[in-house]
Amino acid sequence: MKTESKQPTAAKEKQNAPAPDNRSGDNRSGDSRASGNGAGASAPPANIAGTTVEQRRELLRSMLLQRRFEERCAEAYALGKIGGFCHLYIGQEAISTGVMSMIRPDDYVITAYRDHGQALARGVSPRSVMAELFGRVDGCSGGKGGSMHLFDAKTNFLGGHGIVGGHVPIAAGVGFAIKYKRGNQVCVCFFGEAAVNIGAFHEALNMASLWNLPVIFIIENNRYGMGTAISRSTANEDVIIRAKGYRMDGESIDGQDVFAVRDCMARAIERARKEKRPTLVEMKTYRFMGHSMSDAVSGTYRTKDELEENMKRDPILLLHNKMFEAGELTEGEMHKMDDEAKAIAQDAWDFADASPEPPLEDLYKDVLADSTS
Amino acid sequence: MPVVTYRDALTQALREELQRDETVFLMGEEVAQYNGAYKVSKGLLDEFGPMRIVDTPITELGFAGVGVGAAMVGLRPIVEFMTWNFALLALDEVVNAAAKMLYMSGGQYKMPMVFRGPNGAALQLSAQHSQAWESWLAHIPGLKVCTPGTPADAKGLLKSAIRDDNPVVFLEGEMLYNTKGEVPEGEHIVPIGVAELKREGDHCSLITHGKMVLVAMKVADDLAKEGINIDVVDLRTVRPMDVDAIARSVQKTNRAVVLEEGWEICGMGSQVVDFIQRECFDDLDAPVLRVHQEDVPMPYAKNLERAAKPDAGKTVAAIKKVMYLD
Repeated sequence: MKTESKQPTAAKEKQNAPAPDNRSGDNRSGDSRASGNGAGASAPPANIAGTTVEQRRELLRSMLLQRRFEERCAEAYALGKIGGFCHLYIGQEAISTGVMSMIRPDDYVITAYRDHGQALARGVSPRSVMAELFGRVDGCSGGKGGSMHLFDAKTNFLGGHGIVGGHVPIAAGVGFAIKYKRGNQVCVCFFGEAAVNIGAFHEALNMASLWNLPVIFIIENNRYGMGTAISRSTANEDVIIRAKGYRMDGESIDGQDVFAVRDCMARAIERARKEKRPTLVEMKTYRFMGHSMSDAVSGTYRTKDELEENMKRDPILLLHNKMFEAGELTEGEMHKMDDEAKAIAQDAWDFADASPEPPLEDLYKDVLADSTS
Repeated sequence: MPVVTYRDALTQALREELQRDETVFLMGEEVAQYNGAYKVSKGLLDEFGPMRIVDTPITELGFAGVGVGAAMVGLRPIVEFMTWNFALLALDEVVNAAAKMLYMSGGQYKMPMVFRGPNGAALQLSAQHSQAWESWLAHIPGLKVCTPGTPADAKGLLKSAIRDDNPVVFLEGEMLYNTKGEVPEGEHIVPIGVAELKREGDHCSLITHGKMVLVAMKVADDLAKEGINIDVVDLRTVRPMDVDAIARSVQKTNRAVVLEEGWEICGMGSQVVDFIQRECFDDLDAPVLRVHQEDVPMPYAKNLERAAKPDAGKTVAAIKKVMYLD
């Protein structure tokens, strides 16, 4: 039980982290923006400009909610209230928050199985997410999907998908439908860096570029595909270079910096809405927890030192520090926001706990639709 | 009634449904400029344009997934596989995505789409191009699987499949495209999940589907000359399966043979026989026999290929055996 801590899990050990710069320390390729036409202009520096104080507070609230919510998920898993596979997003929240803060309600989001944070950041109700994790009837997928298959039609959240890379062509299909219907929405598709080695990724990006589909493909590069480091799985670790192979614009950014995420998204969204062109984005990040609940946080495939080094760049801490240094956030306010996030997580837990299991009649419900056009 | 080919019957269904509903589109390899590898989509590009008749790269997994995504957000894709042999590369999208989306989303995302293309052996295409996949696909809850054996059923079932709000696997007979039959013009709907008694007789039930319907009709003709009259039950759809039609026939004839193009182990016939032994046990006068492809990859040499395939001779032998005539 961690709810007594004053700071989010990863931040509490390090109150005085150095002010973050805009680039991740492990950005080997430096400015690896890979433009389809070879024009490799540098991304403008990410900073807090372009957002209002209230927007920055919202970004912080969004990340805090995901963190506190997932800490409770880990607790619920240990108590057996959540079963199956459960992949936590802790450490990567700047990406979900930054991306969702830039898109419109009528845009589409599709993601892989590490989907809790993205669902919350998209605005799926915390109660319905927790109820889904508890396998209850009020879950966002009616208790039929579980952790890996959160769906919410109200927010155009097209699901968590459990087969690595399998949803990447589906995102291209959503982009195809947007184009077919002459819409100007975008489809945002999240996946991990390990997915770039699977055929579905290649097939989808080729078609998205060939057909000018408004899809933003986001590689969340947390450097490990389950327990296999990228250096052990990928011939060229500079994964953004793949964009060139599809004549697609590509950009690599620091995924721990919510402002860098937003800046990059602004460019990708403009490209999708105005030029109807897809973008491949690499957001460099780090997963603070194990791959799933059965995985030791460190010790097998990554060292404790590496983990601790990366936890210094906790995205919540980075934003907190920036706002603190700018004099727009007091520690008291931070604690209040944190308490609010904990309260929402507790409310979600209470709601999920009280929600009934799905009725047994639901077993055969929704195998097939009973309708025709 | 006009007599048209199985191919033209399918084209009629596609054209009529494309005209009826602008959310319907066709995508696949060579479907547009080339007019279809088997010419099923002939003329459709000219009539409907490149946004609705879409040539894809050779990328079965990818474009099957594109179909799934488009179906999630309001379109009605028809995904053509040049043959179902190539569709194995796309099975993740068919099985893990299309078939399960409605269920795992708690009823939020329907999958109104069709996966179609030729299935089964042609002539001397050898091991990788001569396979009947219906038992694989019929195994999956969340899919419907159509196997039309005649031009009229091809048209009527394809129209039903396109209008269905579920993912429908539509298996066309590669050797059936040039076969001819009477096909009603305009609106002709064959409901999914309804078998048809294609021939009536009291002596034995021959239960089949797809390309084997043609073989079954020849068997019925041949046996009639010997005074043996059989029921030919054409399932037309193997999932859902019209088990009532099977029961009605077997309860009348008290004997059954199941004929299919695919392999024996876990084939469609296994399912039919399982149903008969549970529901018609007391009606049976003989064990139910099955006719199917021999349990080998399809060989190339003409004589070996012929020996591997189910045919009229093997079927006649099976029927005589269940009638204790051999």
